[in-house]
Amino acid sequence: MTEIKKATRDGFGDAILELAQNNKNIVALSANLGESTKLDKLKKNFPDQYIECGVAEQNMAGIAAGLALSGKIPFITSFAAFSPGRNWEQIRVSICYNRANVKIASTHAGLSVGPDGATHQSLEDLAITRVIPNLTVICPADYHEAKKAVIAAANHNGPVYIRLGREPMPMITDENSSFEIGKCDILKEGSDVTIIATGIMVNEALKASEKLAEQGIHSEVINCHTIKPLDEETIISSAKKTGKVITAEEHQIIGGLGGAVAELLSQKLPTPIKRVGVHDTFGESGTAKELLEKYSCDSTAIIKSVKEII
Amino acid sequence: MNTEELQDLARNIRKSIINMLAEAGTGHTAGSLDIVEIMVSLYFHALKHDPENPDWPDRDRLVLSAGHINPALYATMSEAGYFPKEELLTLRKINSRLQGHPHNHSLPGIEASSGPLGQGSSVAVGMALADKMDNKPNHTYCIVSDGEHDEGQIWEAIMFAAKNKLNNLTFIVDRNHIQIDGTTEEIMPLEPFAKKYEAFNWHIIEVDGHNFTEIISALDKKSTEKPTVILAKTIAGKGIPAIENNWQWHGKTPTKDEAIEAIKQLEAR
Ligand SMILES: Cc1ncc(C[n+]2csc(CCOP(=O)(O)OP(=O)(O)O)c2C)c(N)n1
Ligand SMILES: [Mg+2]
Repeated sequence: MTEIKKATRDGFGDAILELAQNNKNIVALSANLGESTKLDKLKKNFPDQYIECGVAEQNMAGIAAGLALSGKIPFITSFAAFSPGRNWEQIRVSICYNRANVKIASTHAGLSVGPDGATHQSLEDLAITRVIPNLTVICPADYHEAKKAVIAAANHNGPVYIRLGREPMPMITDENSSFEIGKCDILKEGSDVTIIATGIMVNEALKASEKLAEQGIHSEVINCHTIKPLDEETIISSAKKTGKVITAEEHQIIGGLGGAVAELLSQKLPTPIKRVGVHDTFGESGTAKELLEKYSCDSTAIIKSVKEII
Repeated sequence: MNTEELQDLARNIRKSIINMLAEAGTGHTAGSLDIVEIMVSLYFHALKHDPENPDWPDRDRLVLSAGHINPALYATMSEAGYFPKEELLTLRKINSRLQGHPHNHSLPGIEASSGPLGQGSSVAVGMALADKMDNKPNHTYCIVSDGEHDEGQIWEAIMFAAKNKLNNLTFIVDRNHIQIDGTTEEIMPLEPFAKKYEAFNWHIIEVDGHNFTEIISALDKKSTEKPTVILAKTIAGKGIPAIENNWQWHGKTPTKDEAIEAIKQLEAR
């Protein structure tokens, strides 16, 4: 663990630069948010691989599909609220039904966007992407994992959604940690309760786990960076061991990681579950820290849920 | 191919469309019938393509953004040799390769899935852009309907294509003046239509969409500097007097009896 904080969007920016340098078929499309989505270095160094679409997320998704059907590996970028928010149907048909090899990299996901308020805080993107056939859905936990996820997505043949955040956050993985699409990482073993977290909530889960340990509660912490395909094996075997499951995400508790885990366990191994995340409400303006606390996306909310379930 | 041969092809394709739609009992008749001369001009004149090798990397591309009029696409592809004509009667049926709206993974030769209006325009623009980036000499064609221009996405695609000077891209607009529930000018007026494209910095050619000489000459003199739009004035339901110029035939199909009558009329022409 280190004190340096970086945002997952920075992992995207660094990875895409590396990818573009090594493969001229890698292109990045911007909907007039190139700097916010961290494409500035790519634009400067490889201008031919940077495609400015203007504020037109639907067209951007379609153009990317056309590029992919002609052999390019396009990354479309915007805020998650607008892509996949605005252009969901273009992602569904032009990208996923066509099986076009497009990567959807979306920054500013979740409450941690902060002061911009509810309009810009995407809390539904995991739900609306996870439901589309042919689409892989990844939500990296930190800078390093984001970087690896972007490289893995480029090497994966097929559409991928990558959910990224704006806010610098602590790093919990490092350059050498493993990353495989569709494979959860067990960060901490425990026998009393399983905490399955995704994105920035992985760090909160680790913090919660430490505090719980002080009170004699031993939790297993799983980093579920791939929401789809879900790593059923790891989740089921941990649920079997602990018999109690908490999910944690910076997203609505409906339809995202919590929904996915509940669907899985209800079918294959009915287990008591508590879902930590936003409870069917919109966000508001505030600092990231204030919002995460107010909308129960922090270690305190996880600890509370663990106590309730135990 | 001379004009007479092209007209024979068009007649056969119209007969196929009527038979397909009567057999399916669902689908879009008016637009399918009016796009036939354009389909024939593309597949038998303009497009560089190989029915034996639909994935030929050096082919030109056609995206039918107005995916609902795909009976005309299927019937023309089958005339061109992509698949046997008998298969046409499986349109819209279970396990058919001829999906109700085109799907690229169902039928070889379909470049992109379409049907949700507006989407195909952007996909075609992306294909043309890819060819530009790779310095490929190919051309991308996209058939868009007039009603489809109600969608904002079309205008996003038009702006992007002009910005990038995609002189390897041609839109062909099926200007039949109808859409669902009424005429285009009642539902959402498009005129002055050509001026809109002009203002968006495209090269415009207006043609009679049933006149092979005009269509082919337009396809032969696309702009070398800008994207080109061929505004093709068509008669909805062209070829069958009972169907022509009537928006109520947008999504209605002929009964078996009406189909027999229609085929007779086509043969008499
Ligand atoms: C995004 C979207 N909205 C609605 C529809 C339903 N729809 C199919 S065709 C059509 C009318 C479009 O006008 P046009 O293509 O000009 O009709 P035509 O000339 O074929 O009668 C509509 C609204 C659709 N396919 N896609
Ligand atoms: Mg029309």
